[in-house]
Amino acid sequence: MDLSAIRSRLASAEGRLYWRSLGELTDSAQFREYLHREFPEQASEWNDPKGRREFLKLMSASLALAGVGACTRQPQEQIVPYVRQPEDVVPGRPLFYASAVIHGGYAQPVLVESHLGRPTKIEGNPEHPASLGAADSFTQAEILNLYDPDRAKIVTNRGEVRSWGHFLTAVQSALTAQAPRGGAGLRFLTGAITSPSLAALMAEILRAHPQAKWHQFDPAGRQGQTGDANARPIYHFDRADLVVTLDADFITCGPGSLRYQRDFSTRRRLTDDRKQMNRLYAIESTPTLTGAKADHRLPVRAADVEGIARELSALLGAVPQGEGASVPRPGEPDIAGWVAALARDLQAHRGRSVVVPGDFQPAAVHQIARSMNEALGNVGTTVTYAAQVEAAPTDRHASLAELARAMDAGEVQVLMILGGNPVFSAPVDLKFSEKMAKVGLVAYHSLYVDETAHLSHWNLPAAHALESWNDARAYDGTVTLTQPLIAPMYEGRSPHEVLALFTPQGDRRGMQIVKDYWTAAYSSGAQWTITSPDDEPFANADAFWKRALHDGFVPGTAVTAGGPATPFDAPSSGLDPSRPAPPVTGDQGGLEIIFRPDPTIWDGSYANNGWLQELPKPLTKLTWDTSAWISPRLAEDRGLHNGDVVELRYRGNAAKMPVWIVPGHPPQSVTVFFGYGRTRAGRVGNADETARQFNPYLLRTSDAPWFGSGLEMARTGERYLLVTTQEHHAMEGRVPVRVATLEEYTKEPAVIAHQAHAFPKTLTLYPDHVYDGYKWGMAIDLTSCTGCGACTTACVAENNIPVVGKEQVSRGREMHWIRVDHYFAGDLDNPESYHQPVPCMQCESAPCEVVCPVAATTHSSEGLNDMVYNRCVGTRYCSNNCPYKVRRFNFLEYADWYTTTLEPLRNPDVTVRSRGIMEKCTYCVQRINQARIDAKREERKIRDGEIVTACQATCPADAIVFGDLNDPNSRVTQVKAQQRNYGVLEDLNTRPRTSYLAAIRNPNPELEPARPAGQTEQH
Amino acid sequence: MSQIFHRHSNIYSRLSILGVVLFALTLAGVVAMLHLSGYNTRQNDYVEQPIQFSHAHHVGGMGIDCRYCHTTVEESSFANIPPTKTCMNCHSQIWTGAPILEPVRASFRDNTPLTWTRVHDLPDFVYFNHSIHVKQGVGCATCHGPVDKMPLMYQQAPLTMSWCLDCHRNPARYIRPRDQVFNMAWERPADDPELGARLVRDYNIGSVEQLTSCSTCHR
Repeated sequence: MDLSAIRSRLASAEGRLYWRSLGELTDSAQFREYLHREFPEQASEWNDPKGRREFLKLMSASLALAGVGACTRQPQEQIVPYVRQPEDVVPGRPLFYASAVIHGGYAQPVLVESHLGRPTKIEGNPEHPASLGAADSFTQAEILNLYDPDRAKIVTNRGEVRSWGHFLTAVQSALTAQAPRGGAGLRFLTGAITSPSLAALMAEILRAHPQAKWHQFDPAGRQGQTGDANARPIYHFDRADLVVTLDADFITCGPGSLRYQRDFSTRRRLTDDRKQMNRLYAIESTPTLTGAKADHRLPVRAADVEGIARELSALLGAVPQGEGASVPRPGEPDIAGWVAALARDLQAHRGRSVVVPGDFQPAAVHQIARSMNEALGNVGTTVTYAAQVEAAPTDRHASLAELARAMDAGEVQVLMILGGNPVFSAPVDLKFSEKMAKVGLVAYHSLYVDETAHLSHWNLPAAHALESWNDARAYDGTVTLTQPLIAPMYEGRSPHEVLALFTPQGDRRGMQIVKDYWTAAYSSGAQWTITSPDDEPFANADAFWKRALHDGFVPGTAVTAGGPATPFDAPSSGLDPSRPAPPVTGDQGGLEIIFRPDPTIWDGSYANNGWLQELPKPLTKLTWDTSAWISPRLAEDRGLHNGDVVELRYRGNAAKMPVWIVPGHPPQSVTVFFGYGRTRAGRVGNADETARQFNPYLLRTSDAPWFGSGLEMARTGERYLLVTTQEHHAMEGRVPVRVATLEEYTKEPAVIAHQAHAFPKTLTLYPDHVYDGYKWGMAIDLTSCTGCGACTTACVAENNIPVVGKEQVSRGREMHWIRVDHYFAGDLDNPESYHQPVPCMQCESAPCEVVCPVAATTHSSEGLNDMVYNRCVGTRYCSNNCPYKVRRFNFLEYADWYTTTLEPLRNPDVTVRSRGIMEKCTYCVQRINQARIDAKREERKIRDGEIVTACQATCPADAIVFGDLNDPNSRVTQVKAQQRNYGVLEDLNTRPRTSYLAAIRNPNPELEPARPAGQTEQH
Repeated sequence: MSQIFHRHSNIYSRLSILGVVLFALTLAGVVAMLHLSGYNTRQNDYVEQPIQFSHAHHVGGMGIDCRYCHTTVEESSFANIPPTKTCMNCHSQIWTGAPILEPVRASFRDNTPLTWTRVHDLPDFVYFNHSIHVKQGVGCATCHGPVDKMPLMYQQAPLTMSWCLDCHRNPARYIRPRDQVFNMAWERPADDPELGARLVRDYNIGSVEQLTSCSTCHR
């Protein structure tokens, strides 16, 4: 690929170009050939070693008789009723339970759908302030983890099967041996804990064994956590007109991201009445989805963020508390001008702006941001600072380093590890696994038999969040309860039950621990706002407990400004809490390396989750693999192409990575994402020999966990196949996103309509459909969409969509019914980004319907393009004729019919498709049908908002609206009445039902002068 | 080269072509008949069950309402097969020692469910909902036949798609007043030919287009 040719093409383009990938920009013959085909090369070929021809020869007899095989009688099936049917259980109707899954120690509140006792789908809890009904991809995919056949199932000791009773005996004898020394050889290693009841258990243990120590480690946890009271910011983006991020990805990272995304998009939403938007400035290193949403983005090295923040705060007259490392201010004049303009804009938005420091930036940046927020009068309106909600917050890298030192010195006899997989994820300089071998007894409690389990003496299977009693705090401190949806499928126990074994009280059940804690807390006169359904005080603590479980959380427990520093019974970890954050070492020259958790498999803990592996990663749309991100400029300098394997040498360590050129990446930095390179993740997540080296943990050191300089990068000459869906289903250069600035749009709202390729045609040979009942339609707001991909995961979970694997994705055979397309626009070094979720358009004159020879795709009376699997014979004509490329074909038997643990996962309301079948988005017709039946039973119309599609329900930005277009008062009708509403490829006369609201940007006129009229968009 | 075949062999070749066509048609006909036959649809088949439960005795003889056991028929897609507890409501009082009921008592005693074989079993790609049919005036007997006269349960209707569509295309011929849905003995009044059409209107039953849209039953 010739990057200089791309640059000249971009420079010479008239108006603006929208492009999906560098390959598309080169417009090479190779790329055109790729696009020209319905599916990428050889998508429809059987090219296993046997070969297609050989296969046909071998299988000819079987194929001839295959039709006969379908003539068997339907097998007889059994019905197994209850012996005593529980109250409220209605077979055929799911029940929803409020619960929570825990991510990074914080609660993600959920509602879990349960069919006859088996959980099938996770939704956000609409009443919980941290969710408001939304759920992210990790939360959605937790349900697959529950049914993962590779989960740890039994207790083992040095490879031999044991029971919990055996472990209890081992613990008791170890504790007895430790008793004379006050537990000095006893160590616990956990992730972040926000659960008050778990913290209380830990406190109980530390009281009984005063010399024991509690260490914490979370490879992807935030940096700069100190014991400071009131140091935890809570942002209120719904009150901010101007947002500045300092390398912060508040849209996808962090415990509050769902709420932040909702608040941010609410403030950004345009209606015909309210033509105002917030404005987002992103100063960031690695391109993130937050930067992609920004109206102005400044890509800089991660180390330069502090200097820019200092310059900005100086311009604002804010005095940062304490001086950090002297970071040179970047002297480039365009940056100085940019920052000055930003400072003026901030001054104009005093009290309505907010500065957000990044989780992966050092404490100094957080202090500067805070002083800026104070100087701008934002504290109390757009941001509040409250007490920590984590129990014993500490610098976790220092905490792990201390544990490693103690293990090396032989001070540790008993080590209890609760999750986290430190052998895989600990910084390389700690030599954790080597030092762990010096400990006499290592017990590891985990969901998987992973790398750490392999080196531990005792392996204790963990109960999944949906199998156990638990509690945790949400981002704002709200206490969120976890209740089991199903009894543990294996021998798993919850962390509470494991820690209870170490307490003087001994073995207890999880429910008892959690319930006792909260009923006692309630009885001791807690001032919470929770009330019974009729707003009366509770009769007793039991009534309170039932209500809290029903709601899934305890309202009024948010830890707000000035709240208690240590809510409830938080123990000290036995470590010095005021340990300062490790200094970032000075500039070592060379390239900068930036470490980030993987956007879909996080720190590696989701590596065995096929849904998340196959979910295209934001911006690159890579699946199944990690990559080192480099800038186009660096690629030009070093002559690197996508997929070239480089060797990264950093502080005496080395790892290999395939590179990916990411437009907008800071030029002298390289971003690596950890989580890949697993050796014992399971059948999905295990890396092969080559991919095993693509492990950034091999480079990460504990003194500079998030970025550092002095990286050397060398070509190895090897190539590695990276699979991206970015170029699949491309639309032949007809760019379907429409964009305008707020100024252009308010001046002339028709600017969106004028961006059409050609006038929509309406003449047709076919008779028009008549919709006299309902008429379903969808609108997707591109201004709100952040491209997070939660809709795709939710759709996979709701509609039994199979995982196909890397090799099949490389042939364009991914099965996602809703994809999120990503478009770049403008400059190669700092492009604008636009996301566009693409489900089925449910066209009114659908090209797919007329070409099906067996009438397997037909038009329903309510306007859906129905897909009838049992009728489909797999000609794929419909997909060929679909201009939106939203149809998916089961080339092979992708649905896993044979792994028995996955059977209960399936949504019983949706058919599991076999091979040879075309499928596509149905607008969640199972939900439509259920609502229609319910409405008819109650002799009424379906209410607006009663049907919520899976993608809409989970969307944190509330970008998707679904409803009845025949109802003039429905939300979707009103949204579609906006002047920025448009249909994609309307000139083909398909009359799409799914329409888009154009992306409106709100740039600062000082930084981006208005473009002259007549030269706005070009296609 | 001399002619191998005699001229009149042409007639044989023509006849054989016809024969092949006829054979293929017959074969297709046989396959189609087999497909629609009771062998394939299990129409009128008696099924071995753990207990020889008699609907004729309980419904016809004792007059127990359908919904005493099939509790969820009005609110769910599934009509519910009663839990053992429902049987024991009576059989802890009467016929307490009957040998035929031993599996029921064993189930209740050991807390192990009874395992019945499905009699009315639609393919997995069909999503039938009892509650809406009951609500819209489709009588139990319309699909399940005279259950009150069945000593052993069998599937009276073929349950093929064309059989479903008979009603979905012309519901007026099949539906009855809502208060007669659970009445096994109800007969269409001969003096009121407009009843069906009136009920379709009164019950706001969907248009034929809606009732025959694929996604109404398949999804």
